[in-house]
Amino acid sequence: MLSPDSLKRIDREIAKYPAGRAQSAVIAALAIAQDEKGWLSTETIDFVASYLSLPSILVYEVATFYEMYNMRPVGNKITICTNLPCALHGAAQAAVHLKQSLGIDFDETTADGSFTLKQGECFGACGDAPVLLVDNKRLCSWMSNDKIDELIAELRAKAN
Amino acid sequence: MNARSEFIDYGPEAIILAGLTGRNWRLADYVARGGYEALKKILTEKTPPQAIIAELKKSALRGRGGAGFPTGLKWSFVPQQYSGDKYLVCNSDEGEPGTFKDRDILRYNPHVLIEGMAIAAYAMGCRRGYNYIHGEIWDTYERCEEALEEAYQARYLCDNILGSGFSFHLYNQHGFGAYICGEETALLESLEGKKGLPRYKPPFPASYGLYGKPTTINNTETFAAVPWIINRGGEAFLNLGRPNNGGTKIFSVSGDVERPGNAKLLEMAGGMRAGRKLKACIPGGSSMPVLPGEAMMQTDMDYDSIAKAGSMLGSGGVIVMDETRCMVRSLLRVSYFYFEESCGQCTPCREGTGWLWRVLNRIEHGEGRNGDLELLTSVSDNIAGRTICALGDAAALPVKSFIKHFRDEFQYHIDHKRCLVPDYV
Ligand SMILES: Cc1cc2nc3c(=O)[nH]c(=O)nc-3n(C[C@H](O)[C@H](O)[C@H](O)COP(=O)(O)O)c2cc1C
Ligand code: FES
Repeated sequence: MLSPDSLKRIDREIAKYPAGRAQSAVIAALAIAQDEKGWLSTETIDFVASYLSLPSILVYEVATFYEMYNMRPVGNKITICTNLPCALHGAAQAAVHLKQSLGIDFDETTADGSFTLKQGECFGACGDAPVLLVDNKRLCSWMSNDKIDELIAELRAKAN
Repeated sequence: MNARSEFIDYGPEAIILAGLTGRNWRLADYVARGGYEALKKILTEKTPPQAIIAELKKSALRGRGGAGFPTGLKWSFVPQQYSGDKYLVCNSDEGEPGTFKDRDILRYNPHVLIEGMAIAAYAMGCRRGYNYIHGEIWDTYERCEEALEEAYQARYLCDNILGSGFSFHLYNQHGFGAYICGEETALLESLEGKKGLPRYKPPFPASYGLYGKPTTINNTETFAAVPWIINRGGEAFLNLGRPNNGGTKIFSVSGDVERPGNAKLLEMAGGMRAGRKLKACIPGGSSMPVLPGEAMMQTDMDYDSIAKAGSMLGSGGVIVMDETRCMVRSLLRVSYFYFEESCGQCTPCREGTGWLWRVLNRIEHGEGRNGDLELLTSVSDNIAGRTICALGDAAALPVKSFIKHFRDEFQYHIDHKRCLVPDYV
């Protein structure tokens, strides 16, 4: 089950498509579900499927195909683009700094569950390198080590 | 790292990004710059759709999404007399490594895209359009939602726009992290709410596109050039560029430059970082062949000249590498990308991209074997041209060109189990 607010947002997405094409809203609907729940459990996926009157398998296929869905619980998710243009402009060092500061590797979550680190592919924002994304939504540009430290401190403070 | 502000001026020759400050993106600002005049003009003058397409052909505008296909010609493929639903789609799924121009159009001048799409919709008789935006630039998606809202309020998007009888409705959809959805038919699948698996072609989108209806897909920068062409004429646009290569093109310069950004040339990106020498350059996004520094410095930046130099202009993402960069390591990262992003539909691409990455990985880690370079070439040859979409070619071209131009460096890795330029980070 999702909150009335999430359902309203999903309805808005469905309205973007012609009548009978609610499947088109599935990518947005899963993103909205993830906003609320933090990750996509089987129950959440089933719920989205029934809300859009789709077979669960279709929705599950989408959830597993697109990289930004969390198929497991995550902490504050930090995704850093390490693709070549970014790597050439400081992202390689920034990735090392992130790993050291959090004490985890890519695709890992800290023991207290507060941070998850991901390696991303090109965001289409290479001019902002090193560039990272917090919880899919917040793009942080030109992330020097100092700015990374500030960001981590800020996210930690918010969690407490 | 040098400090920098968020906004970079685009210089005197900018068209789409002219007069922007980073803050003047709203409808009122756009109108003050002469925005929506082109749309008003064609609607009040009732310009015949064919005349608009003819103007586009005259302009020699070529698609800015990578393939450089002539836009006017593409528009003429849509069946004019077909009276059912036709769709217009904008490809803002910019994810080609080294390319970051569409994001600047979308966040700094979203209304130029809306106007360009409305004109295109009029020319092709589409009543509905979608702008598919890369998932990772969420704040930009939100801005585009706001801009659409403004355009609806001002009734530049609605039924019977400005009393002309022409109706157009435009919507934004965001992606959620899949490079392959930049491929136009994968994008259509994604718009239909499916996995982004490219379709067999033919049929082409012009006859069988979104929901099986005639559909035209163009890149953001392509649509954004349209209002200028309507205002000033196709001829004027053509004269800004070179024969067969009309207009100006935005280049995104990244890598070893002082100040990455969307600029006309290397000087505007602040020159090489720390005054080093240019070693290699990929001129059109990571899917295109690499060129050695010397060749790069001698070529003009238009579709035909770059092709003559042995590469492609692609998306205009210029990735600059200086003399301290290891070519094996650089190619390894590029190969990982295609391995990671292959949709897995075609065997040569699904298996081949992983194979390329594994062989490059062992060369990089001092375990390369004699014959590996031939193996890489042969695997590349067996991917290219054997897949449904061009991701296969995009994975193969960098490998072949890096080995062609920097073979000694790869061989050195295999022979000496280490790098020629050790201080790469
Ligand atoms: C793997 C792959 C990725 C692509 N990514 C993009 C992209 O991010 N943006 C884009 O406009 N075109 C991309 N294209 C090209 C599109 O398929 C299509 O040619 C383009 O959107 C057409 O628009 P244009 O004629 O205005 O260039 C990609 C193609 C392939 C094969
Ligand atoms: S390569 Fe990192 S955002 Fe493009």
